[in-house]
Amino acid sequence: MKHTLVALMEDKPGVLNRVSGLFRRRNYNIESLSVGHSETPGISRMTIVVNGDERVVDQVVKQLEKLVNVTQVWNVTNMPTVVRELALIKVKAAHGTRSEIVELVNIFRARVVDVGATSLTIEITGPEDRVNSLIDLLRPFGIEEMARTGRVAMVRGGNGKSGEATSR
Amino acid sequence: MKLSGAQIVWESLVREGVKTVFGISGGAVIHLYHALPDYPIHHVLMRHEQGAAHAADGYARATGQVGVCMATSGPGATNLVTGLATAYMDSSPVVAITGQVATPFIGTDAFQEVDITGITLPITKHNYLVTDVRELATVIKEAFYIARTGRPGPVLIDIAKDVQAAQTEYVYPDEVNLPGYRLPRPVPVEQIRQIAEMINAATKPLIIAGHGVILAGAEDALLELVEKARIPVVTTLLGISSIPETHPLCLGMGGMHGEAHTNMALSNADLIVSLGCRFDDRLTGPVSHFARQARIVHVDVDAAELGKNVRPDLAVAGDLREVLPALVPLVEPADHAEWLECIQEWRLDSARRDILNRETDNRLLPQYVVRQIWQATEGEVIVVSDVGQNQMWEAQYFFHHRRRGLISSGGLGTMGFALPAAIGVQMARPDQQVWVTAGDGGFQMNIQELATVVQEKLPLKIAILNNGYLGMVRQWQQLFFEGRYSGTPLLGPNFAKVAEAYGIPGLRVCEKAEVVPAIQQALATPGPFLIDFLIEQEENVYPMVAPGSPICNMIRRPLETEEV
Ligand SMILES: Cc1ncc(C[n+]2csc(CCOP(=O)(O)OP(=O)(O)O)c2C)c(N)n1
Ligand SMILES: [Mg+2]
Repeated sequence: MKHTLVALMEDKPGVLNRVSGLFRRRNYNIESLSVGHSETPGISRMTIVVNGDERVVDQVVKQLEKLVNVTQVWNVTNMPTVVRELALIKVKAAHGTRSEIVELVNIFRARVVDVGATSLTIEITGPEDRVNSLIDLLRPFGIEEMARTGRVAMVRGGNGKSGEATSR
Repeated sequence: MKLSGAQIVWESLVREGVKTVFGISGGAVIHLYHALPDYPIHHVLMRHEQGAAHAADGYARATGQVGVCMATSGPGATNLVTGLATAYMDSSPVVAITGQVATPFIGTDAFQEVDITGITLPITKHNYLVTDVRELATVIKEAFYIARTGRPGPVLIDIAKDVQAAQTEYVYPDEVNLPGYRLPRPVPVEQIRQIAEMINAATKPLIIAGHGVILAGAEDALLELVEKARIPVVTTLLGISSIPETHPLCLGMGGMHGEAHTNMALSNADLIVSLGCRFDDRLTGPVSHFARQARIVHVDVDAAELGKNVRPDLAVAGDLREVLPALVPLVEPADHAEWLECIQEWRLDSARRDILNRETDNRLLPQYVVRQIWQATEGEVIVVSDVGQNQMWEAQYFFHHRRRGLISSGGLGTMGFALPAAIGVQMARPDQQVWVTAGDGGFQMNIQELATVVQEKLPLKIAILNNGYLGMVRQWQQLFFEGRYSGTPLLGPNFAKVAEAYGIPGLRVCEKAEVVPAIQQALATPGPFLIDFLIEQEENVYPMVAPGSPICNMIRRPLETEEV
């Protein structure tokens, strides 16, 4: 089963390496990992999607918590969350197919962000399954290039941070 | 006060209470060594950086204080690696300080540059690369704090050469600011009550005492608990000496080479209370078959150990120093007479099979050597053991009743550990007699440290159990690999003569009758002494649990009457 973890960590050189090194060394099966700034200067926020049973995920959380530079870890899998992913998809577009693609893009409330002579670049933001569906529909046209950010997640509502109210 | 980076290092070490540092110098630490003579710190010049790391580790294990080692960049730093991994696996508080090439050269593959923070990432509790002298004092403060608190472990500080030379205003922080570093929280009373209830309800309870008991300094409370409810105790290898091995309720070490009665007790208990033990596979065998009759309570300072290997019925994250004293009053006195009698039966069977109970045996057996050292010293010594068969014989035949009386590499099983670690132990405990027991293979892995022994005038007593083999591997080959002794026969020197060449008196012992006089001579000789015991070459460690077998399925030594 897939679990979504959110981790806050100090924004210092080598911290990403510590986290990814931990996953590699302990043989955890990581589906995606995305990292960027958080609302606090000096603190990065990472969303990790990990594959495994409860026990594996429990270990991932505890081992992450042991890293000195990791300040907080939440398992948000069973919480109401807003989950988003962004994908850039460059798809082959010839005369006959161009409008068909644009139609799909509109249905998915995605956007065309670049138009080339033989291709279209599409940006979609949404829950993973919506991104997946669009990709599946675009695949027959020929996907030339694709970049996905991986999942980012935030617990809904409240006025605290992710999972703070329900913290482990 | 303006100080150079090098001065900041020593000044801070002094403030951390460091009196001894084990190391070897080099280009990238030359500033550090240049500043050293101005500070009241004794530097022990080792003969290999691996030795420096083991010595710092031994120092830490003997005292519970942080041990410090030092090495130059590149090869000096990489030579520390095995020692740091050893300390990491056994949760030993060590701070390693390495020199790094100057900041502008970092990342250029400069002469003797190696990414030691990258290399040691998975074998340190934490590590630092210092490229700004203004951060140095804070980093040192944090490193010592992290190394010794919570579950202890090694921390490495890599300091660029130009940082050692640069000057800055020196302020040693009073406190650390580590928002991501979690110390164990107080254990809720409810959980402690739950443990007590489970103990009070059990008819066949058993305690597993691990290294954590010793690291927490919780030996007194353990003894109180054990005696109040008369609960027998099995220890791990590193848990040896958490309870006096001469105590009637101490069953000794369990696991792959545990005495049969300990493994029988583990397999038949209805409750196992594990204290500061991480359920290593050498103790449990396949976990699916481990302690099937038992409910399991697991108490550990490191929450990540709970449920990692064995799934406990009750998991308690906390410091044994707090948990045990709180638990004792809640536990009801009990005698568990039936259970203890049952264990006694198994114990008698172990004794019947004990090779030392065969009076007719005149071979020079390692078990006999170890037992004679115990008898001659009355166990009033610290033993630092190496790895292999010799380590298991030491664990089985020496009864450690002194606290921190056995120091050994458990988790990593590092051959070559004993001699350098004993140097650290003896430096830390000049008042104690320290014995090294080692095999002929492992001893040759750090034999160069004999020079350090002489240089520091350390009165180490060294016993080599010389079987002419990498004996533990040979035993596996004999039992599980058709007796093919591939890569295990070992040519060694005359160790007594080697010792003499270093200036250490030595003896070679070939006959059983010479064992006691040789030990007596070692004890009577002031200063260091080495005895090379030419033991029975193909003697095995029994009992043995075959890899992959449940620990109740032991290969036992045949009864004498069963032998043909
Ligand atoms: C550094 C290192 N290399 C290899 C091993 C694997 N190993 C474990 S025991 C052993 C044999 C040890 O031989 P010796 O030191 O003579 O001790 P004995 O078993 O004969 O008592 C070996 C090679 C190890 N534990 N450590
Ligand atoms: Mg040997």
